[in-house]
Amino acid sequence: MFVAWRDLKFAKGRFALMGAVIVLITLLVGLLSGLTAGLGRQNVSAITSLPADKIAFQAPSGRQELSYSNSTVTEQQWRKWSEAPGVESAEPLGITTTKATAGDKSTGVSAFGVEPGSRLAPDSDRITGSAVVLSTTAADDLGVKAGDSFTLAGRQLKVAAVRGDAHFSHTPVIWTRLDTWQKTAPPTSTDDGPTATVIALSTTSQADVAATDHQAGTKTVSTDDSLSAIGSYTSENGSLQLMRGFLFAISALVIGAFFTVWTIQRSGDVAVLKALGASTANLLKDALGQAVVLLVGGTLIGTGIAASVGALVSGSAVPFLLTPATVLIPAVVIILLGALGAALSIRRITSVDPLTALGSVR
Amino acid sequence: MSLNLTDITLTYPDGDTRLTALDQVSLEVPQGSLTAVVGPSGSGKSSLLAVAATLITPDTGTVTIDGQRTTGLTRGELTELRRHKIGIVFQQPNLLPSLTAAEQLQVMAQLDGRKPGTARTRAMELLDAVGLADQAGRRPHQLSGGQRQRVNIARALMNDPTVLLVDEPTSALDHERGAAVLGLITRLTHQQATATVLVTHDRTHLTAVDQIAEVQDGRLRLPAMNR
Repeated sequence: MFVAWRDLKFAKGRFALMGAVIVLITLLVGLLSGLTAGLGRQNVSAITSLPADKIAFQAPSGRQELSYSNSTVTEQQWRKWSEAPGVESAEPLGITTTKATAGDKSTGVSAFGVEPGSRLAPDSDRITGSAVVLSTTAADDLGVKAGDSFTLAGRQLKVAAVRGDAHFSHTPVIWTRLDTWQKTAPPTSTDDGPTATVIALSTTSQADVAATDHQAGTKTVSTDDSLSAIGSYTSENGSLQLMRGFLFAISALVIGAFFTVWTIQRSGDVAVLKALGASTANLLKDALGQAVVLLVGGTLIGTGIAASVGALVSGSAVPFLLTPATVLIPAVVIILLGALGAALSIRRITSVDPLTALGSVR
Repeated sequence: MSLNLTDITLTYPDGDTRLTALDQVSLEVPQGSLTAVVGPSGSGKSSLLAVAATLITPDTGTVTIDGQRTTGLTRGELTELRRHKIGIVFQQPNLLPSLTAAEQLQVMAQLDGRKPGTARTRAMELLDAVGLADQAGRRPHQLSGGQRQRVNIARALMNDPTVLLVDEPTSALDHERGAAVLGLITRLTHQQATATVLVTHDRTHLTAVDQIAEVQDGRLRLPAMNR
């Protein structure tokens, strides 16, 4: 790093320019990551926080894909799952997006219907036919607190408690009893007893999911895989992840391009050092070290700014999630991809001929 | 002998044929002596220097540096040999723009894995020897052409080489500065006890050399002792 450090100090302008580009790309990726995670949480947190490892949907017909909005399961299907070996718990869960009103305030909410005493809902023992549990955002949006009344899809209900901050498909969750949910959001089929949207399952390794699916007429996937059945999540998350991927690729290309030009510019110096006895390995190490210093410096600053901005907007209306995963993972990826781009660029050091340092033989 | 070239033949591809740059050249340069290789442009002087610097492998013949034959050495071993045994003074100073005069020398020690403190002391000794101790902190663009050439010479001596190869050191200097630089090379050759080969097309300053070898069309005229 003897020459590399001095190059960094000597060519301040060039490296500052490149460093600024890295800072801006890192900032952009950091903000996008926080926003992606924040939007994702608003889409799926009610599902990912369920104490269940699998979700059983109504088996889709034809080429239809699994969908929370299209699925309806019957009591008979639920019973079959409850009695299946290797299933510790099978609980019906009704999901419907509807409207809640309190005074002059109204908001879109997701009504989650559960059985009395279900483990799926927070404070479920306080949920009754006329009392429900609201998530924090639902309570805030409606301006209500425990003991207040509000209207859910035209039915007058009481707030039993305000717990958690579960969201589904960008709407805050209101936990109701399954029969209340059926009345506020009637299912499409009632021939086969009380219905729900899906069945939340806790299974062991003994569970024969395929066989039970066949018997019950359901299609069961893991809780994580079931997220793709939330239409808004799939399209939104896919677009944002694509943007993030492109930014990663752009950062590697930009860094690679910079170090390609830089290596070409200093190929004369490299030839001199080789002629004087510098090994190619030493020169590569020096150049890669220089790239990593620039990358780490730029990424740290960019990540710091992204984290600061994230801290400022967290808690506001912007759905930004500030966690080590949303801040540090993009930074590490940028450093690794940038180092890869730089490594591919500086490999041309190996082909510099020291003979070119002897002017008259050039 | 510190530098011994024996029966060196070097050819380059030239269309469908090969051009002979060096033809059965042999040269012995004892330690502490200065040999000037003179000849017109294109005669093979620089090719001779490149072969001696182990930067080109000849078609036939052997190069021996400080008793070590270079034939069969790997690229890495040749690099190490250059680092330890050979000092090169380039035609253009070829100084690294980001380094100060002292650092141009210290980088050599750094390549050799020597301690920074020792390297700094040695660099200052050599800069003092070439009359630039007071310019140690200056970068190449802050030095004159003659000063840059003197840093170039000091750098070549940093790792105490046994062979010093000097390529047209006065080509970019006026008469007075050229004479000063050649005087410096002569003095340092004797002080540092190097086997020095000086390639030049300028015969005006060669009064102090120990041996003059003339290259013509790739052939070396048998050197006659100058003094």
